[in-house]
Amino acid sequence: MITKVVMPKLSDAMETGKVIKWLKKEGDVIKGGDVIAEVETDKANVELEAFGSGVLRKVVVGEGAQVPVGELIAVIAEPADDINTLVAGASAAPAPGAATSASGSAPAPASGGAAKPAAAPPAAIPGPLPATETYKSTPATDKVVPLTPESGAPRPQAVPSPSPAMAPAATAPTGPRLVASGAPSGGAAPGGRVKASPLAKKVAAQSGVDLARLQGSGPGGRIIRRDVEAALAAPPAVPGAPAAVAAPPPAATAAPARAPFVIPARTEAEYEDVPLTPMRATIAKRMPTSKAPVPHFYVTSEVAMDRAWELRAELNALDGNPKVSVNDLVIRACALALLKHPGVNASLQGSAIRQYHRAHIGLAVALEGGLITPVLRDCDVKPLVQIAVEARDLAERARAGKLRASELSGATFSISNLGMFDVEEFSAIINPPEGAILAVGSVLERPVVDHGALATGRRMKVTISCDHRVMDGAMGARFLQDVKRLLEEPLRLLL
Amino acid sequence: MAAAQKFDVVGIGTGPGGYVAAIRGAQLGLSVAVVEDDRPGGVCLNWGCIPTKALLRNAEVVSLFSRAEEFGITVGEWKADYAQAIQRSRRVADRMAKGVEFLFRKNKITLFPGRGTLKARNVVEVTGKDGAQTLEAGRAVILATGSEPKSLPGVTIDEKTVISSNGAVRNEGRPASLVVIGAGAVGMEFADVYAAYGTQVTVLEALPRVLPIEDEEASTQIARLFGRRGITIRTGVRVKSVTPGSAGVAVEVEAEGKVETLRADQVLMAVGRAARTNGLGLEALGITMDRGFVTVGPTGESSVKGVYAIGDMAGRQLLAHKAMAEGVVAAEAIAGQTPRPVDYGNVPSCTYCRPQVASIGLTEAAAKGNGREVSVGRFPFTANGKAVALGDTEGFLKVVADKRTGEILGVHIVGPEATELIHEFAVGRTLEATLEELMHTIHAHPTLSEAALEATLAALGQAIHI
Repeated sequence: MITKVVMPKLSDAMETGKVIKWLKKEGDVIKGGDVIAEVETDKANVELEAFGSGVLRKVVVGEGAQVPVGELIAVIAEPADDINTLVAGASAAPAPGAATSASGSAPAPASGGAAKPAAAPPAAIPGPLPATETYKSTPATDKVVPLTPESGAPRPQAVPSPSPAMAPAATAPTGPRLVASGAPSGGAAPGGRVKASPLAKKVAAQSGVDLARLQGSGPGGRIIRRDVEAALAAPPAVPGAPAAVAAPPPAATAAPARAPFVIPARTEAEYEDVPLTPMRATIAKRMPTSKAPVPHFYVTSEVAMDRAWELRAELNALDGNPKVSVNDLVIRACALALLKHPGVNASLQGSAIRQYHRAHIGLAVALEGGLITPVLRDCDVKPLVQIAVEARDLAERARAGKLRASELSGATFSISNLGMFDVEEFSAIINPPEGAILAVGSVLERPVVDHGALATGRRMKVTISCDHRVMDGAMGARFLQDVKRLLEEPLRLLL
Repeated sequence: MAAAQKFDVVGIGTGPGGYVAAIRGAQLGLSVAVVEDDRPGGVCLNWGCIPTKALLRNAEVVSLFSRAEEFGITVGEWKADYAQAIQRSRRVADRMAKGVEFLFRKNKITLFPGRGTLKARNVVEVTGKDGAQTLEAGRAVILATGSEPKSLPGVTIDEKTVISSNGAVRNEGRPASLVVIGAGAVGMEFADVYAAYGTQVTVLEALPRVLPIEDEEASTQIARLFGRRGITIRTGVRVKSVTPGSAGVAVEVEAEGKVETLRADQVLMAVGRAARTNGLGLEALGITMDRGFVTVGPTGESSVKGVYAIGDMAGRQLLAHKAMAEGVVAAEAIAGQTPRPVDYGNVPSCTYCRPQVASIGLTEAAAKGNGREVSVGRFPFTANGKAVALGDTEGFLKVVADKRTGEILGVHIVGPEATELIHEFAVGRTLEATLEELMHTIHAHPTLSEAALEATLAALGQAIHI
């Protein structure tokens, strides 16, 4: 380490000081605290102590010389240290704080959705330490075929930025101006606030651990460093679910084969305390962070699914085509509608609302003893069949406990489909910091009025839960109108 | 013998560990009895921490008198009477001990004067002036009998010519010359006090530096400043024998292969402390011990269920504040709570000599030894406005942080009120704050605490005032 020895300011009035005598000479080994020189100030002679250890490599100011306060008078360094530039620039102003090199610890700037493989732009780091917010967008894949959204507006690049502080530096070189909202600095995303220590946040950010998935062992459930380190040491296995658990499959109208209806025998014990599994504990912890602080409102709409039903049947009849579920149609419809309604594809970020220009959709997958919401990214630019393939893959891997950490965070909107459970409608709890979630009921055959005549039709009820801090009823209703329209004019889903 | 008196908890020893455990237990609704063979408060209040701080304050006042001219104050004839310093320290200690008695009454804790012995894991026999009594503990026994000064092999502490801290806080006479054996906190504090009153003090330390558990820079600085005050510091010195004679005491030392004899009026033995467990009945119960200290789990429970040991006798740092923390944990565990265990890596270490020394966490060498890449920030009090105004500019504040995360690995302070300044970092470390959070914390100007901010900035390469 190189230690600059400068003329100390020994009194408020002191402007210059004189080196009376060097008590150490060049080449002497110096320990911190050693007296190396005597200095004369305007008032007294004082001993000058070394602050660093090493070798007195260079005496810059000779005995008897008067120099201004702050001027370099000597250099203490290890024998191997290069002090030439320092000594050469002795008359120049001392360099300000050491520049921090861009290290691997910097979160990569976002570049999701770009058509070409992400050539990561160099990350410039403004501060000495990376900021703590940990939003990462997945790198784009070359499989993605970008489609022009309905509005035809150019896509802003590099939206979610790793942190507001970094935003200016993180703009992708080819992209238009970065759209970043003024999120509060140095904290987890509000709305879905995660209680974690600053150190835990930093370690998590540097190691790619998603704090939202951790359970804190600190006071009040605060995530502390050891929780992150424990997660790093043993990535929590997503409990595998037995095959018996139903997937969110294509909604069916045909009466499913019924399981025998058995009521268990009365047990001896009056009750049983089932210990919380880590997943259940996380759900128990996370849900009140949504329902309590996030003012939900709900908008329900009924969708005529006859044409979508037919389209799906036709698609699934095609040889070699992957099977498409109703849910896949819903995903695609939502993705397109979200592009048109960024106000719904949004989350509260402190003093701003961050509107996303990507549709990363979380898909609630029921598991034994809980549920998990893997994220299907870039649904807005993925063709329906790709959504079908990837959604099935995600759900299967979710049930097998084989999701990657990156697939568990970053959704901008979620869909929960209980269609397979023969429900007419329900409402879901928002998964913060997302701004909305769509609850999808079963497609049911029911009496409808068609041109004044009673007929039968397939109907599906969808209910959107919206964060009222982010959006209002009309906004949610307009979004739902478009989802309805897309599903009722399902060829649009193939465009 | 009368029938056993029953309590939920019976504590033996009322030092900082024992009395805190008793009060916390009582707060949680337990009935608590404590056994004490001295005054309540233990060594800390009566013979350790508190009276020595009173003596050190005296030493500080004496030194200010000798510096009066520096402040433009002409002092006539003045005299520093050491006997009165001792008397003042006794008054201070008495007042604090009375405070503990008051707290016992307030919390309805029953005090049994006398010596306590474990007869079974839940039975304590008290032998006092009025004979023996038997106490039965329904939930737990808390052992908190503390520690006592150690000596070197073959050296008897008579508290006259060869004294320990016990003698030093009581003896109203002051030797003209004193050899202090051991340059830990106790040795350095008494060296400071005696030297301030005019005793010729020599401090001997077997290890290569004074305050050996502190960061090397702190040791170097203190050794130099003590030297400047006329205290002789000799490190790397082995004491071969201590021989009291008719006129003082001869100390035979060996350093770098050479043997010599030092003479002084008194020797102060400050080579450490040993757990005070004799006659407690631990062996009969088969309580597991390790090098004289009781082996305990995270809540302070020993190898015998229902028998807890806290404070000095349970090892680790022999510090009153660590004992208090353990007392709370033990009491809460006994009351059925799940207390957060004591974080032994985050216990401040404080030496109250002038300038004070305080530290927390790892030394720079230990941090590097752990394989951490560290960044170190230092700030000298010579550049701190408040310190200059006080006329106390000796020392520095040094922050050792993890280069990658900004984690505060250790902080080392030599300087005015170092023992107060350290707590900013104690809180920071408890909250897992990093350099960044400290950096963004506004520190009032002018304060000594600004040195904390500046050293933090220095560790980030952004110091303003240096």
